[in-house]
Formats: sequence, C-alpha cells, structure tokens
Amino acid sequence: MGQKIDREFLLRVARNARVNLSEKEVETILPQFLEMLGTFKKIAEVDVKGEKPAFHPVELQNVFREDVVEESMSQEEALSNSRDKKNGYFKGPKVVL
Amino acid sequence: MKTISINDFVARVKSGEINVVENTEKILEEIEKSNRQFHHFCLVSKDAALRQAKELGKKIRAGFQGKLLGVPLSVKDSICVKGVESRAGSKVLSGFIPQRNATVVKRALDEGAVVVGKTSQDEFGFGSYSVNVGVGFEVPKNPFDATRSCGGSSGGSAGFSFLTKFAHASFGESTGGSIVCPASFCGVAGFTPTYGLLSRSGLIDYGNSLDKIGPIAKTVEDAAIVLDSVAGADPLDSTTVHSKKENFSLLAGKEPKGKTIGVVKEFCETGRLEAGVEKVFFGKISALEKEGFKVKEVSLALNEKFAIPAYYLVSTPEASTNLARYCGMRYGLQKELSGNFNEYFSGVRSEGFGLEVKRRLMLGTFARMSGFRDAYYLRALKVRSKLLSEFSLAFKKVDLIVHPTMPFVAPAFEEIKKFSPLQHYYADLFVCPANLAGFPHVSVNAGFSKNLPVGFMFTAPHFGEKELISAGSFLEAI
Repeated sequence: MGQKIDREFLLRVARNARVNLSEKEVETILPQFLEMLGTFKKIAEVDVKGEKPAFHPVELQNVFREDVVEESMSQEEALSNSRDKKNGYFKGPKVVL
Repeated sequence: MKTISINDFVARVKSGEINVVENTEKILEEIEKSNRQFHHFCLVSKDAALRQAKELGKKIRAGFQGKLLGVPLSVKDSICVKGVESRAGSKVLSGFIPQRNATVVKRALDEGAVVVGKTSQDEFGFGSYSVNVGVGFEVPKNPFDATRSCGGSSGGSAGFSFLTKFAHASFGESTGGSIVCPASFCGVAGFTPTYGLLSRSGLIDYGNSLDKIGPIAKTVEDAAIVLDSVAGADPLDSTTVHSKKENFSLLAGKEPKGKTIGVVKEFCETGRLEAGVEKVFFGKISALEKEGFKVKEVSLALNEKFAIPAYYLVSTPEASTNLARYCGMRYGLQKELSGNFNEYFSGVRSEGFGLEVKRRLMLGTFARMSGFRDAYYLRALKVRSKLLSEFSLAFKKVDLIVHPTMPFVAPAFEEIKKFSPLQHYYADLFVCPANLAGFPHVSVNAGFSKNLPVGFMFTAPHFGEKELISAGSFLEAI
C-alpha cells in the first residue's frame, strides 16, 4: 500500500471523520487499528476475479411511484428536537468566521 | 419456567380474563424492580405505556381485536418510538424524541401491543457483549448470573425476555449477529429475518445493507406471532421485499418432515467448541436424527476465514457515513453554537461518541478513503459475493445449516475486559456469515452448560422463514 500507518495518519483519518481524538485515545486506538488492518488485509488472498460487488445481500429492484403530493412532517415537528432555530429554520455554527 | 404464551395471553385478554391495564401495571412494577440490578432497560416509558393500555382497554371493550392484544413489547433503543426518547444507546442522541414510530412499532401497536420501554444495547449496536454502552449508560446483566454478559448488541431485549414472568416480546436488531448472540446467552428465541422482510424505516441505522430488525421472545412461536404482525413491504423502506402475507406462527409446532440439516464442519470440529456447548449441541443433533432429520456435513471454509474481515470492511464504512449526521444540530446532543462549522461538529461528536464508536469510525473512514477504497471496501463487497455463493452451494445439499449459536456460554465481565477489540470482533465468527449474506436465522435454547444457556442456530436460504419456524419450534419441544 505504501502508506505508513502512524500517529499522523490516524489523526488525518480522525479529521476526515470529524472527530477529535485525545492523546490517550490515539495511544489506545493506534495499536488496535494496526492489529485490525493486519488481520483484515487478508481479504487480498481471495480470488475475486469476475465477482461483482454485493452492495446488498439480496437482489433489489428499483421501486417507482407516481409523484403525488402528500402530507409530510410539519415544519414545527421537524424543528421540535432542535435547540437553535430561527424563523422556521435550523440554526447552525458559522461557516465563515 | 412456566410462563404464558402470547397466543394464550391474547385469548385471555379477548375473553376478559386478563385486564390489560392491570397487566401493564404489573409488568412495569417488575421492570422497575429488576432494572435496579439487571439494567435491561435504558428507559422505561411508564406513563406512555399506562396511557396506551387505558386507551386499548376502551377499544377492546368496543370490540377491537389484534394479534398482539395487550402484549407488553420492549423495543431496542435504536428503534424509534414516537414521543419516547430514542438514543441507540448513545449520548450523541441525548434528548432525541422521535416524531413518528418506526414502521415495525406502528404495526405492532396497530395489533394491540403496549410499548413498555427501550432496551439497553451496545452504542449503535457496536458490540457482542453489550459492554460498549454509550457515555452515561448502564451495562445490562445476564439474568442467569449478573456477573456475566447478556450478549449483544440487543442485550437488554434478550435479558428481559428471559427474566420476565409475563407474556412479552421484544424488538431487537441485528447487523452482524446482534439478535442471536444475546438470545443464545440468555436462553431465549431470537429471530433474524431475511434482509428486507421487515421494514427498517425508523431504525437508527448502523449499516444499511446489513441491518435487520427481528423479534426476541421466550419461544419461537411467540417470535413468529410478532413476525406475522409486522412483516411485509413498506413504502417508507424501498429495500423491503414485496412478498405475500404469510401466517408464520401457524408453522410453530408443525413437524418438519424429511428435512436435511447441514452441520458446519469448520465451526464444529474437535477443539473448536467449549466442551459443554459441544455436548449440548451434538446431543440435539442426535435427537433430531432420531426424529427423522437427515444430517450431513457442510463446509463454509471461505466464510470461516473471510466473513469477519469482510463484515467489518463493509459495516464500518456504512456506519461512518450513517453517523455523519450526528453533528449537534437539529436533534440529540447540542452545545452552545461557537467556532466554525467543523470545530463545532467535531467537538460535539468527540463528546457524544464512546471509544468503540470512535474506533469503528476510524476503520470505516479509512476503508473508503481515496487510495484505500478499492483494496478494502470494494474488495470486501466482492468477497461478500463469493461468500454468498459458498452458502448457495451448501443449500444445494441441505435445507438448513446448523451450528451452536456461540462457541461458548455467556462470558463473565472480568473475562471480557481482557479481550482486545479484534478478539471482540472474532466472537461473532459463527453468527456473522449469515448476517453478511442476509440469510434468515434463529437461535433456540438447546440446553445448559455450567447452568448457563446454550443456543442452537438454524440458518435458511433467503425467505426460508417458514422452515426456520417449524424446525426451531420442533427443537424446543424435543
């Protein structure tokens, strides 16, 4: 693979996953992560030539329906679990500071 | 343990012999008492349950009937119940009150069930022993021995299903074995249907191509009644299968004639199983043979070797995309809005997720990162095809595949502490293959070793639920 799996790399993965790992968590997870990859990489041994990826275990068909207007969740209901809202919208953190 | 079956219970509710309000009050008392020691529930919805029971009482007097009339139903925390906090065992969903019921819950309520609470689980279903609970949650304890695990991830559902003296059913959910593992450790029946038979709408997802909701109950017959009540296509879940309505529970107790069962060679070889488990399992195999079952050996060599790696390389990428929605806005854990987008989201997520969730997020994010996706995620999906084919080949020889559900009885928490995460993952070796391939399977109590229950697992081809129910309930009776 060529990529060294070290502390820096794990932190890069954590940034992608939008999770801050504490020093202690990095120390705990890094050796475990290496152990897992060491074991899981053995799927490379399986001859998968001609195999299609099984995105689902059973064959699925597209389900179509007529585009009919139906009643949906009200705006009030949709916002009912949110602490921060304004004028009928969710309020989030700033995108540009 | 003599308890009343769901069928008898419903008949007695219909005849007026059992009053649903009184029965609901009694089971709530039992839960309140047992939960102090066993923690099978992370939330008891007492007021809502009593309100429901009172309304139901009125409807029954007006002639209302249903397959689950007055039956107390517990629901795994990851399945949404309207108006009842549903957190999938995670702090990140603290305070989340669903605005609607999961389809399975709605259908059970329409048949007269009464929801009594949310059951304890590994956070988001990430575990085999229900010890990976979210921050601030309690670990459920095995009803046979409180120093041991209930199994996971639907641990609370299975633990309480055994413990209760009342007629009761529970909704569990399985991604990689989370219904049958705890059913085995707690001595109850756990039924995982074919992927797509039950709607996933309203389930707090773990891995979309793997998640299956299924019933856990004292007997296969009780579980089959729940299946009858909730199975079938749902416009809210496009992966549900448009199958015709079945009457599964009628098959319980029907003798399965001339069936061939295949014992999995790789799982049952000498030295592979704990001695007591081996004895109980092969005792039942002989009993089935005497009753006219043909017994063969089948091989799942590829599954034995590659199902766990493939499962984790498929399930964790799915989980990492599913869990991206938890960002401290809209619902669940929310903090003072500060910093920029990413700082805020990362802060909330770091506080809301437990260690096992972070571990699986790392693995899942890695396996679908550019440069690694082909070698890990995509390759694992191709391996999955290959593993499915191996099952299909075995099903050409036999009607049902059998093995002990778990190679050992419920371990003590002290032992579990010593396991590395990878050892945790490999605990699912027997139950994971059928899950990865979406095959229906059931775990039935087959007896005891060291006074702890031993589970016997049957797996059928896709949509072979009927065969599972008749074979499973037959095994319970011999």
